[in-house]
Amino acid sequence: MAHGPAVKLGKDNASGYKTKLGVMMFIVYTLIYAAFVGINATNPHLMQNIIFGQTAAVVWGFGLIGLALVLAVIYNNLCTKAEEKLND
Amino acid sequence: MVYTQSPIAIGLFFTFVAFVLGLSFYLARRTSSAEGYYAAGGNIHWFTNGIAFAGDYLSAASFLGICGMIATAGYDGWMYSIGYLAGWIVALFLVAEPMKRLGKFTFTDALDSKFNSKAIQLTAAISTLLVSVFYLIPQMVGAGVLVQPLLGLPHWVGVCIVGVVVTIIVATAGMASTTYVQFFKGALLLIMSTVVVICVLVRGLSTDPVNNGAAYHDFKTLQATTALELSDPSYNVVAGLDSEFGKAGFVKLIKNGEESIWHLAQSASGYTLEETLYETHKADGTRLFNGSAKEDGKFFPVGHIKELKMDGQEVAATGAVGPLAYLSALKDSTIVLWGKKYIHDGADTITIFYQKPTPGSRVLRPGLKFKVDNATGLQKFNFISLMLALFCGTAALPHILIRYYTVPSQAAARKSTIVAIAAIGFFYVLTLFLGMGAMTNGVINLTDNNMSAPLLALSFGVVLFAVISSLAFATVLGTVSGLIVAASGAVAHDLMDNFLGMKMTDAGKVRAGKIAAIVVGCIAIYLGIVFEGMNVSFLVGWAFAVAASANLPAILMLLFWKKTTAKGVAASIMVGLFSSLGLILVSPDMWVRYGMLPGDAPVQFNSPALISIPASFIALVVVSLMTQKDVPVDATEAAGA
Repeated sequence: MAHGPAVKLGKDNASGYKTKLGVMMFIVYTLIYAAFVGINATNPHLMQNIIFGQTAAVVWGFGLIGLALVLAVIYNNLCTKAEEKLND
Repeated sequence: MVYTQSPIAIGLFFTFVAFVLGLSFYLARRTSSAEGYYAAGGNIHWFTNGIAFAGDYLSAASFLGICGMIATAGYDGWMYSIGYLAGWIVALFLVAEPMKRLGKFTFTDALDSKFNSKAIQLTAAISTLLVSVFYLIPQMVGAGVLVQPLLGLPHWVGVCIVGVVVTIIVATAGMASTTYVQFFKGALLLIMSTVVVICVLVRGLSTDPVNNGAAYHDFKTLQATTALELSDPSYNVVAGLDSEFGKAGFVKLIKNGEESIWHLAQSASGYTLEETLYETHKADGTRLFNGSAKEDGKFFPVGHIKELKMDGQEVAATGAVGPLAYLSALKDSTIVLWGKKYIHDGADTITIFYQKPTPGSRVLRPGLKFKVDNATGLQKFNFISLMLALFCGTAALPHILIRYYTVPSQAAARKSTIVAIAAIGFFYVLTLFLGMGAMTNGVINLTDNNMSAPLLALSFGVVLFAVISSLAFATVLGTVSGLIVAASGAVAHDLMDNFLGMKMTDAGKVRAGKIAAIVVGCIAIYLGIVFEGMNVSFLVGWAFAVAASANLPAILMLLFWKKTTAKGVAASIMVGLFSSLGLILVSPDMWVRYGMLPGDAPVQFNSPALISIPASFIALVVVSLMTQKDVPVDATEAAGA
């Protein structure tokens, strides 16, 4: 039986750093997502307030989608730098 | 609604099918090894894989279901988009690279990478199969829904076409052909959805929507005294205030032998009566639409703005607007939504759709579908549980996880996830405009809101409808391909090769995978026919709950908890799987499907994740602590910690 990767992977000295970074960013995003869900569940009227000309709900929605991409790009940049530094 | 088939739509559909089949046969010549069949050789470029992720993930539920839900329930439909996208954060930050590092062909490989446990092989394979089947049903039903307006063929033919085409795609070249089908479908979906949204913005908003040249139905209003003396004497009352209709807030009138149902609203002088749409389910199974056969075309498409405001001024039309101005105008306007009530009239059951003018700011915040305003604790629990399932489900879907094995490195796995987040996030932004566009452009079919996005495209002309409908069909093809690859891998690789220990050559593994794909394809066709009429978003939400409960706790604990044991992983999968499935089977939504009242269901929530996910974690911790002698020395290497 063979469970290993389909392609041969080299040793990744940056994996520990990347794991910690990933967990940290995951916590940040999860807290913001939880706040969004929490407000909707407990006080949905707040989401009808107007912010920047839109309902707060629309701003939160765009914000969560945009934040996911921003965090993803930052994560990739930091991971790539760590890989270049630690795997040379 | 009555659909007219377009030769352009039919031509485009068959062109796309011919293209993907040609591609599959071409790639089949390069797919002779198990690596090639199950993981496309592990050599797919990260950008291609990222778009293929989007093609895999953006299923019928996203394109048809979410747009339809936004079109009828506003922001609550978009909550699905937000939750689905947020789930990719879990995939990127916690799962992507370890999954690439640990696995070979299937999600089970990664879970079992350090244990070589028969229990994990069996339970993870069962979980993969069940989640994939849950996900397959709505896709196949979606195919049947699409085939009627597109090709003029019955539901079962659409299901069979998709089943056969997809089985050929998967059985010829496995993951290689699946990847490129998903890539093309994902890219086309993004491009064409953008085109439709641009059309929506250029058209702007109007109180008098025009649907492909056809005028919007003029919903009539009558005045009546408290004794129901009508302002238009050509109408006579058939069922008044004392009838079942009256008790529910409606009256039935007749004019020139044609019956109609009207919604009652209190007014200063008595009542204002508003015309409704209604569907009659007769005892013999016949369905009538506004009292007539479907072909008579009396069940009008709906969706309009009652009072349109732009920059504080009431206007009849806005003209072309930018995306933020579009949403801002909607927020300040009054939109006519449609309520739904059921009435028993003798042996007939009547579903009445009536107008509900609603402030735009109310439409653009949660609460029209999800009961969050003045909600009970149980209703809040249900909402939070659903949002948890959406958040946790993505990173636990086997057909998504196996895409990590098609790229050459961990960095490529990470980058392809970021491309997926960008592509899927962009698409989910578009869904808000597609859904709101359908809501206000007079295109919604109230008996089946799944068709809202294609019908919105039809309002701009038959060519755009042809392209979007073909693309919707391609959407089903792409997702079903991925699901069948995942399910066939679970059968051939996890169960036959690993669990049962059947010694097979490399070519034998490929052959087993292909046979498994054909069998799963046949099962998918059968289920797609049996479940006709089911909302395509319905089971997808449950598939997320089951995947999040059965798979995610095991994946995360394997990666981040040193004391995880094989028995703990297996227990976690089984507890997550059966607790989520069990709670679903006794939920109010299922009770309705059994023909009983939802209030009589043993549990009063529909989303099980808030119970089943913690239960799965607890099972893993407890069983792992009880079986510590089984911990392999290098178990925590899995986490890279």
